[in-house]
Amino acid sequence: MLLEWILGFVFLIVKLGIVLIVLLTVAAYLVWVERKLLARMQARYGPNRAWRYGLLQPLADLVKLVTKEDTVPEGANKGIFLLAPGVVGLMALLIFAVVPFGRGVSLWGRPVPLVVTDLNVGLLFVLALSSISVYGIALGGWASNSKFSLLGGIRGAAQMISYEVPLGLSLVPVVMLARSFSLVEIIDAQRGCPFILVQPVSFILFFIAALAEIKRIPFDLPEAENELGAGYHTEYSGMRFGLFFLGEYITMIILGSLIAAFFLGGWHGPLLPPFIWFLLKVGIIVFALIWFRATFPRIRFDQLMNIGWKVLIPIALLNILITGALVLGTS
Amino acid sequence: MGTIKNLAGGIKGLVEGLATTIKILFRKPVTEQYPEYKRPLPARSRAVIILTRDPDGEERCVACYLCSAVCPVSCISMQSAERADGRRYPRWFRINFARCIYCGFCEEACPTLAIQLTPHFETSRRDILKLVYEKEDLLVNHGGKNNEYNFYKYAGVAMVGEKGTHINEKKPVNLKSNMP
Repeated sequence: MLLEWILGFVFLIVKLGIVLIVLLTVAAYLVWVERKLLARMQARYGPNRAWRYGLLQPLADLVKLVTKEDTVPEGANKGIFLLAPGVVGLMALLIFAVVPFGRGVSLWGRPVPLVVTDLNVGLLFVLALSSISVYGIALGGWASNSKFSLLGGIRGAAQMISYEVPLGLSLVPVVMLARSFSLVEIIDAQRGCPFILVQPVSFILFFIAALAEIKRIPFDLPEAENELGAGYHTEYSGMRFGLFFLGEYITMIILGSLIAAFFLGGWHGPLLPPFIWFLLKVGIIVFALIWFRATFPRIRFDQLMNIGWKVLIPIALLNILITGALVLGTS
Repeated sequence: MGTIKNLAGGIKGLVEGLATTIKILFRKPVTEQYPEYKRPLPARSRAVIILTRDPDGEERCVACYLCSAVCPVSCISMQSAERADGRRYPRWFRINFARCIYCGFCEEACPTLAIQLTPHFETSRRDILKLVYEKEDLLVNHGGKNNEYNFYKYAGVAMVGEKGTHINEKKPVNLKSNMP
């Protein structure tokens, strides 16, 4: 009995370790992919000095960030200043705990679900953690004792709180159709037909709201380089800046996985193995994010608020009503 | 109706932008890879300064101080000296390239075409004192942009021969036989 328990525990730790290492490596290489793709979309080469095609660039960046001095600005609230990047990085890593990345396999007669933990309220967990990461940005911006950081933090807080509403509302129809909050069950409910075909409006709403939530380019007002220096992380240096950066790229992967899980049918797909399908779907979404970054200009702050409150939320509510009526009518 | 038209216009704009970027993704980058490929620079581009020589191999500089006077950052210094035949030359000549802004004023001021700017620009050093070039670093064995010009054929040395024997000089007019 005890042996069984210890074996299970070891299995869990090993799985956690593998997921963590793979996630961090993929996030590091996502930086390389993004720089490379952005460069090619602007007719440049991008990083190509560190080994072939600049493939060791993430390593070089890591060495640079770790060896840099960790400065704390004068007058900063030191405790909060030092903690804020951790919040962003940690929340990003924690969200991935509920993201399923493949159908369960069995190793040595032991079932191994390819998800860190299959919470029955996984969807709520995701929304809750993405709300907490606002703290990292708002507090990091406030604690730096700098005007630019403060402005970035305020913008970040306002933007992320506004866009959490349509983010949550756009997922209600998905929950209605899947009849579950668990991400594994939501994916299982899309075995026949991914929800993007049933709920295209919901998909578009979620995509836009999530873009704002992860502060990617059409909505990157909190870090607007040409207005605010670097926004909320202006005063950060070294690995603390690296943590903000890492959090940003992990959230990109998470957004890809969540869209894959909620709308594109997760690991379901013909011919190819489930895990490959999952990677493919995440890859497409991440490519789209980079593509948008290369293409779109940043929107104005009043436009941001207008889109959030006057367009996305009414459409999301209407979508919930119509879906609800249809679900009631057909069942 | 207007809203739908606006929306359609907006979506069209977004799609056009996306199409442009995806098209450029498959185009060859225009970047020149610098250390591997060095773009041939025009002969008159302004970088490291040299001191050139006459066609007959003598150094052109007459130590007139015009270049060091015109230099806006005062990076040129020298000390003049005179040879036995009356020809002037700089005893030492020093350019501090850590200060030089490569404006080319010295080249414009030089009456003898001695000081010239060249396209060679790769001079960065770890040690800033190594950017102070002495005369032996600056002096080259050619005439730079003009290999024919020889200032001393026309001026700059004490007269030795008869009047009218100098190059391009007319014979002196005999005032007595110059009556109308």
